[in-house]
Amino acid sequence: MFAYLVRRLFLMLVTLFGISIVIFFLLRIVPGNIVDILFAAAGYVDPADKANLEKELGIDQPLVVQYVHWIGGFLRGDFGYSYVSEKPALQEILPRIPITARLAGLALLFSASIGIPLGVISAVKQGTKLDYALRVVSLSGLSLPSFWLGLLILTASVAMFGQMPIFNPNPQTWLEAFATYAVPAAAVGFRSAALTMRITRSSMLEVLRQDYIRTARAKGASDAAVNYHHALKNAILPVITVIGIEAAFLIGGLIVTETVFNIPGVARFLVEAIRWRDYPIVQNLVMFIAVVVVFANFTVDMLYAVFDPRIRFTE
Amino acid sequence: MADMSDLVLDVKNLRTVFFTNSGLFKAVDDVSFTVRRGETLAIVGESGCGKSVTALSLLRLVPDPPGRIVGGSVTLEGTDLLTLDDAEMRAIRGNRISMIFQEPMTSLNPVMRIGHQIVEAVRLHRNMSAKEAHDLAIEMLRLVRIPEPARRAREYPHQLSGGMRQRAMIAMALACRPALLIADEPTTALDVTIQAQILALILDLQKELGTGLVLITHDLGVVAQTAQRVIVMYAGKKVEEASVEALFAAPKHPYTRGLMASIPAVPASDVAPQARLNEIPGTVPSLVRLPAGCAFAPRCKLAIKRCQEEYPPLADWGGGHLAACWRAAEVAEVA
Amino acid sequence: MLVAERRMATIDYDLELKRAGANATGGWRRVLFLARRHVLGAAGLIIMTVFVFTAIFANVLARFDPLTVDAAHALARPSAAHWMGTDSFGRDVFSRIIHGARISLAVGLGSTALGGTIGVIVGLTSGYLSGWFDLVFQRVSDILQALPLLVLALVMTAALGPSLPNVIIAIAIPLIPTVARVIRANTLALREQPFVEAAKSIGMSEVRIAVRHVLPNTLAPLIVLATAQLGSTILTEASLSFLGLGIPEPYPSWGRMLSESAAEYVRTAPWLVIFPGIAISLAVFGTNLFGDALRDILDPRQRG
Repeated sequence: MFAYLVRRLFLMLVTLFGISIVIFFLLRIVPGNIVDILFAAAGYVDPADKANLEKELGIDQPLVVQYVHWIGGFLRGDFGYSYVSEKPALQEILPRIPITARLAGLALLFSASIGIPLGVISAVKQGTKLDYALRVVSLSGLSLPSFWLGLLILTASVAMFGQMPIFNPNPQTWLEAFATYAVPAAAVGFRSAALTMRITRSSMLEVLRQDYIRTARAKGASDAAVNYHHALKNAILPVITVIGIEAAFLIGGLIVTETVFNIPGVARFLVEAIRWRDYPIVQNLVMFIAVVVVFANFTVDMLYAVFDPRIRFTE
Repeated sequence: MADMSDLVLDVKNLRTVFFTNSGLFKAVDDVSFTVRRGETLAIVGESGCGKSVTALSLLRLVPDPPGRIVGGSVTLEGTDLLTLDDAEMRAIRGNRISMIFQEPMTSLNPVMRIGHQIVEAVRLHRNMSAKEAHDLAIEMLRLVRIPEPARRAREYPHQLSGGMRQRAMIAMALACRPALLIADEPTTALDVTIQAQILALILDLQKELGTGLVLITHDLGVVAQTAQRVIVMYAGKKVEEASVEALFAAPKHPYTRGLMASIPAVPASDVAPQARLNEIPGTVPSLVRLPAGCAFAPRCKLAIKRCQEEYPPLADWGGGHLAACWRAAEVAEVA
Repeated sequence: MLVAERRMATIDYDLELKRAGANATGGWRRVLFLARRHVLGAAGLIIMTVFVFTAIFANVLARFDPLTVDAAHALARPSAAHWMGTDSFGRDVFSRIIHGARISLAVGLGSTALGGTIGVIVGLTSGYLSGWFDLVFQRVSDILQALPLLVLALVMTAALGPSLPNVIIAIAIPLIPTVARVIRANTLALREQPFVEAAKSIGMSEVRIAVRHVLPNTLAPLIVLATAQLGSTILTEASLSFLGLGIPEPYPSWGRMLSESAAEYVRTAPWLVIFPGIAISLAVFGTNLFGDALRDILDPRQRG
């Protein structure tokens, strides 16, 4: 177990290192350097300013030096300087993290509490009309773009209440906080719920084919005991492992949903930074997202080891 | 004939079919047999001959769809199981009739402790407290000669060897003292050295508890060691039935003879040891497109024209030795 | 006894066999049987066909030029002339949606084909060569898969600049490891198969074995995967364009149409929100329905 943990941690660091290199060079394959782009976007070029900025950003130095400089800064929490707000980027990002984290948490909760039970029901009732209906619902969940779902919610709210829900940055009560986050979280979570449901269904179907299910029936166990006691215990394990995949999936949804609902979260900040061509910040934000996703996967793997009795002893 | 009250299981004209996309698959076709208290009946045949489906049919565990029991009766201790509703059938399964499967590696739930799995079987059928059921589970584990039963009960299946798992399966199957135990190739997946131990264990417990046993196997060596009576199945049909002595002394069906010739060191007196093992040419025919006559005819050295045209009736060749073959009388001579 | 007899007597053998598909073994009969068995998949195929035809015959089907600005009729409600209304430039929404099918189809097919082809080559090589190439592949695919699809595509289009080919590339690259992993797993399993051993023993070259024997046997999972990914690529393009980083103006991308209209028109011109969204959802839903049925038919492991 300990050796496994060390190996897993090491691989995680290798992956993160690889990601940092990919991001670093991806943002440098553009013809011309970041300063050119910044200035082109700003619409004027003053050679002195340009040289200053190049020096400030360290762009006049060799790539390796630039990389080491950047990654060192990232590790120290130096996320660069936002040209838009003229504040250190970290000051911009930190207050946004809880907003996005709350949204993501609520969306995951939504996804698990709806997706898992419906997936189980769909598998248990395989081939019935109910199964068909649930499969159509989950497929449509995967087919509706979450930004459109968000826009539809806004449209509906205008039609019904004459106004759009406005993001409340400082909810006073629990209820207010829930109301602020619930609707956008549902818009994101619908898609994740659909994914969870599909994964749960196929995992259940796989387990229901196993020999030990037949053994349980041969014991005289009822359908309910077989499905919810014997099968679900086994089927839920693969569902846990894909929470990591869902985290990556969720971030895509958060990016568009925060944009639609005008929520000042981290995900929308990434889009803004890209729009403003604030590449130093883009670089740091993408790296930050990668760290979150990789850690989520790592945590899920550890969780799996806790839940599956087979792993504890075989390692 | 023994006393009828001794009869544990009476299967009459059982028919189980599968509806597949290549047609109707008659997996069990008009099969009848009986098992008495404490008796061992062996069902032998090649894989695909319908012996496992026969076993599942007795428990009504044939997967539906595509399978369905379409005829006959399965009378266990006077009750026709095919007439019961689902709840009544569940009360019988694991209680009066139990089954041990071929694969001990996959037949136990990997995320449940061994003890819990036995406790579950007990509490489904006996009104016992958790403590009592747990004590019984450990008692059962001791009965199947698992060392340190209390510790093993707390372990998960993957912590046990294949032989130990099969012992646990046996403990689970016998926990409610069933009238009938079905063992579907219980030793096939195990190491040769373990096989004999497990067989001996099953037989000992059967004697001790007076259970009727249906032993499904493809291994005639196992049959000779364990069973009192044998039925031989081919392509879903019973082609021969006899006492073990009668069958090994003088098999009446060419298929049975072929099975015997294809295993080394058969304890049959009239089959001389040969340098090379015989094999039955060809393979089991598809049960979908069976020939009109005897299904074995295309592989049979003795086949005559009649064999291809007309299915032979199951005839009594004396002393309850049944065989379905037009040329049964000549089988002993020709071989 | 009675219950059993009643239960057994009700079996209609012909019906049961028909349900199992016993008469539907070849040609059109098989297709019809499958269509009836997989009603949803058939519906998906119809939607996909309509989608493809719309893209091909967009010029004929569209009632207006999708790019012509007509300020006099800006933000017109849906009417007999403009079935789905007009946008803020007075462009006909219906015609833009018809032409938008081209963009979606081009991006969907283009990126799936590009990502799929590279993925197959990488997956085959990796599964076949093992060794250092495989190790490198596994680490690189870990890296690419650790980044959310949309984030990677966003950064790539930001770096490459917004244009149709760049969007296709940006969506295709995250696809490569997904495809390559499936192909690699299949190749590893197939390498142990007797027919591959046999081909090797008669002196067939590795490349020839890979292309002639291994590749055809990974075709089914590849088709299933590609269909499943088609919908996801269309959605990603829509998201990119919605965020203003996909297909540039003035091309009528469905996602872009939603971005233009987005929040400000929710109040005043809901048709600008509703119709392009329906177009995206339907196209993706169709490919997903079809992909699901295809998986049921081609991938027996998943069959219930």
